[in-house]
Amino acid sequence: MTVTTTGDLPGEVYDVAIIGAGVVGTAIARELARHRLRIALVEAADDVGNGTSKANTAILHTGFDATPGTLEARLVREGYQRLTAYAAETGIPLEPLGALLVAWDAEQLAALPSLAEKAVRNGYDETSILDAEAVYAREPHLGPGALGALEVPGESIICPWTTTLAYATQAVRAGVALHLNCPAGAITTGEDHHEIATPRGVLRTRHLVNAAGLYSDEINRRLGHEEFTVTPRRGQLIVFDKFARGLVDHILLPVPTALGKGVLVAPTVYGNVMLGPTAEDLGDKTATGSSADGLASLREKGARIMPELLAEEVTAVYAGLRAATEHGDFQIHADPGRRYVAVGGIRSTGLTASMAIAAHVAELLTECGLDPGPEREIEPVRMPTIGEAFPRPYQRADLIAADPAYGTVVCHCERVTRGEIRDALTATVPPGSLDGLRRRTRALGGRCQGFFCGAAVRAQFDAATAAQDRTEARR
Amino acid sequence: MTPTDRTHRTVDVLVIGAGPAGLALAARLAAAGVDRVEVLDREQHAGGIPRHCHHTGFGLRDLRRLMTGPDYARHHVAAAIRAGAVLRTSVTATGWAAPRTVDITGPTGLERVTATAVVLATGARERPRSARLVPGTRPAGVLTTGQLQQAVHLHHQNVGRRAVIVGAERVSYSAVATLRRAGAEVAAMVTDQPRHQTHPARHLGTRLRYGFPLVTDATVAELTGQGRLESVRLRHRDGRTAAVVCDTVVFTGDWIPDHELARSAGIALDPGTRGPAADAEFRTGEPGVFAVGNLLHPVETADIAALDGRLAAGPVLRHLAGRPWTPGALPVRVEAPLLWVSPNRIAPDGPRPPRGRFTLRTTRFLTRPVLTVGQDGRTLHRGRLPRTVAPGRPFHVPADWIAGADAHGGPVRITVD
Ligand SMILES: Cc1cc2nc3c(=O)[nH]c(=O)nc-3n(C[C@H](O)[C@H](O)[C@H](O)COP(=O)(O)OP(=O)(O)OC[C@H]3O[C@@H](n4cnc5c(N)ncnc54)[C@H](O)[C@@H]3O)c2cc1C
Ligand SMILES: Cc1cc2nc3c(=O)[nH]c(=O)nc-3n(C[C@H](O)[C@H](O)[C@H](O)COP(=O)(O)OP(=O)(O)OC[C@H]3O[C@@H](n4cnc5c(N)ncnc54)[C@H](O)[C@@H]3O)c2cc1C
Repeated sequence: MTVTTTGDLPGEVYDVAIIGAGVVGTAIARELARHRLRIALVEAADDVGNGTSKANTAILHTGFDATPGTLEARLVREGYQRLTAYAAETGIPLEPLGALLVAWDAEQLAALPSLAEKAVRNGYDETSILDAEAVYAREPHLGPGALGALEVPGESIICPWTTTLAYATQAVRAGVALHLNCPAGAITTGEDHHEIATPRGVLRTRHLVNAAGLYSDEINRRLGHEEFTVTPRRGQLIVFDKFARGLVDHILLPVPTALGKGVLVAPTVYGNVMLGPTAEDLGDKTATGSSADGLASLREKGARIMPELLAEEVTAVYAGLRAATEHGDFQIHADPGRRYVAVGGIRSTGLTASMAIAAHVAELLTECGLDPGPEREIEPVRMPTIGEAFPRPYQRADLIAADPAYGTVVCHCERVTRGEIRDALTATVPPGSLDGLRRRTRALGGRCQGFFCGAAVRAQFDAATAAQDRTEARR
Repeated sequence: MTPTDRTHRTVDVLVIGAGPAGLALAARLAAAGVDRVEVLDREQHAGGIPRHCHHTGFGLRDLRRLMTGPDYARHHVAAAIRAGAVLRTSVTATGWAAPRTVDITGPTGLERVTATAVVLATGARERPRSARLVPGTRPAGVLTTGQLQQAVHLHHQNVGRRAVIVGAERVSYSAVATLRRAGAEVAAMVTDQPRHQTHPARHLGTRLRYGFPLVTDATVAELTGQGRLESVRLRHRDGRTAAVVCDTVVFTGDWIPDHELARSAGIALDPGTRGPAADAEFRTGEPGVFAVGNLLHPVETADIAALDGRLAAGPVLRHLAGRPWTPGALPVRVEAPLLWVSPNRIAPDGPRPPRGRFTLRTTRFLTRPVLTVGQDGRTLHRGRLPRTVAPGRPFHVPADWIAGADAHGGPVRITVD
């Protein structure tokens, strides 16, 4: 098992290197790890899933509203099936709540039948059209004025953090070398292998996969390709307190417009309610801040969808950047001559599509001359339960009896125990920061944002990190 | 053992929260001869917030002497144990199995405790940056005073070199002292009010000692910085903005009670305090469930919370003796710019609130305001306060009018003009 965060990269020549350990890159690494290959996954940040993959609306889409016939439509549909099954197997929090596309005016109401037809063309035939009464029967706290809705029973909420982490954990346990703090720089492509400059030395690989998210266009250009340019499209979100969870039972989507999927209200698997996202095209790939205007416009929209929601306390505010391009589809291209696959433009459905993208990329790599050899069983993973749909450790007498650390609550708002934090700090892919710890355990992610537990959680993190440094120094 | 096995127990009084309020109450009840008084706290040590307030100023009103926060916490812990109350720490009340039956989690397992009286003494906290909807990036170095104090005094952690403090009330000045103790410089204190809201002597003393600018009539427009905080952008009332370079920002004040248990029991909250609505005898709307301390009034000083605990002992004892649960049903409400009033339920024929008065807060400075207490268009009391009242500081209205209120009328309203 290899995860490195510092020091020189190994001198070996990998069969495949993947740039970018977001949900897409880690899914690809996991998929390829099902073969006996030497694989490197290199990531600029100090943790997996630290880019777009950590800041989205966390919905597992059926793909009912995709543009029929596109690669995205196919991969979302397939990805939905694959990830649903994988979540059940690994313990990724997933709740199949179903969605309601709520029509607020006559025009939107009139659009519902064609959306239902589009769903059928996308291979999804379980939608139904509800009248206003049926909508309010399902969602009594919805604001006044809803005229009807399209019900999409398959739409689900999922934990994006555990998903990325499950892929990465399984990949690393199956032999993938994960190199963090390792931004890929200049790339020289030779007859036999690529040489990728990084601050930690040269990475050599025969095949190269570019899964660099917002930066996939820049990597692509380094390989001499110009198929697409990424324009970050910011999405700001407001997360409301757990007390809001009782207000809403479905994913409440607006009827889509040309501008995108629009602002939704949806529960999260951690028991909160989310409002967002905005859609703003920006020039800056690091602009993950929220803005006063963005938050004000969300509150305005939220007040219409569910007025009572706005009276609840806010737990968190965040923003993510979608990797939008000038094209209406994913930008996945293979260049067999260079033994290279670009996985770009994975915009607003990449979490859902991740496993299907991975399978597709594996096929493209074969076309690029990679001989994957026979498939093998890889060790299944079981991830910690951080969702609310199943009992958490603090609720489990059997776990606490075996280890009292699971009965010692450290983060009170999220009820995260000392045992869970310890486990995360010693896991296959440990967090590089408190933020990474939050994504693995929910510690620090609750309504008090550290008022009660911030210092205690940091103390446990610092102690574990210091212990790790000591063992590394001894080696 | 199955995953959900719980041990069941019964006690006379279960107090949830071992801060000054809960401890003072437990000590009184145990001393009065109540057999099984149990106090739970989810922290590793009992004592509540004063455990990490390493400055003096505690105990004046309840103990008639001045001590530091940690000494004050130790005093109340020792007094409760000496009186015979059972204190259990690292134990969290997680929810309710029945109206006076609480589920708890601790290192020794899951329990279900049924009590004749349950007292909620869970305190209050400061709203974090996110709840205040302050835009910008999400860098490290963003704290509340509670986190700052624990980091510095309980864990001896680094908190940065240069900090902006948001808020200029009592607790903000505690934040200044804590930051300086940790070796950090205070770049500025910022308030959206026209002046600070602490006692002039405290303000002057702190400024003479530490010399930092107080920026008034300004709000935080944005935080910037990717990994670590780099600056705080301030917006003045006239629209001008200015960036203050800093690596730490402390959001102080802006209190919200820790009302999770109250709310999950379905206990009605007061719209002003956001704690449980409670009467002059600390009774909530749920039979057998009392509430004391900052959960009722976010926030008052620690000694006021402890006095609550003492005063609640009488009503709890009467409940244990079998008095029917008839809490004051008539709500008392405030109107803007007033923020809250405590207590906020009355029984016109019932006892007066503690110390014969109601405690209030305002959201902005009011110069010698005239307060009117009315019900259904009828004036019950009208009077001018002798001085200016400031946000974040208590002021009071006498309670002698309550006998004149109509128990069957509409809510009593307190307004200013
Ligand atoms: C607001 C919002 C809402 C969304 N909602 C949903 C949803 O509900 N459902 C859904 O399925 N999808 C949703 N998405 C889309 C989904 O989040 C993305 O499609 C997905 O996370 C993309 O994953 P990725 O791995 O391609 O990118 P990323 O997660 O950004 O990963 C790319 C990684 O590459 C690294 N990297 C970049 N350059 C280099 C380099 N030179 N060297 C090394 N590493 C590098 C980055 O550090 C980063 O970690 C949403 C997105 C947003 C922004
Ligand atoms: C940062 C800060 C600084 C302050 N500085 C001063 C000062 O200088 N001087 C002063 O007089 N006052 C100060 N105060 C106010 C003072 O601390 C409070 O008035 C006093 O502590 C309130 O007492 P309490 O018993 O109501 O609540 P707290 O002291 O807050 O105690 C509540 C207790 O309940 C526990 N609890 C909550 N929920 C649960 C649960 N579900 N299960 C188990 N246990 C639970 C908590 O762990 C906590 O220990 C300060 C407050 C803060 C937040």
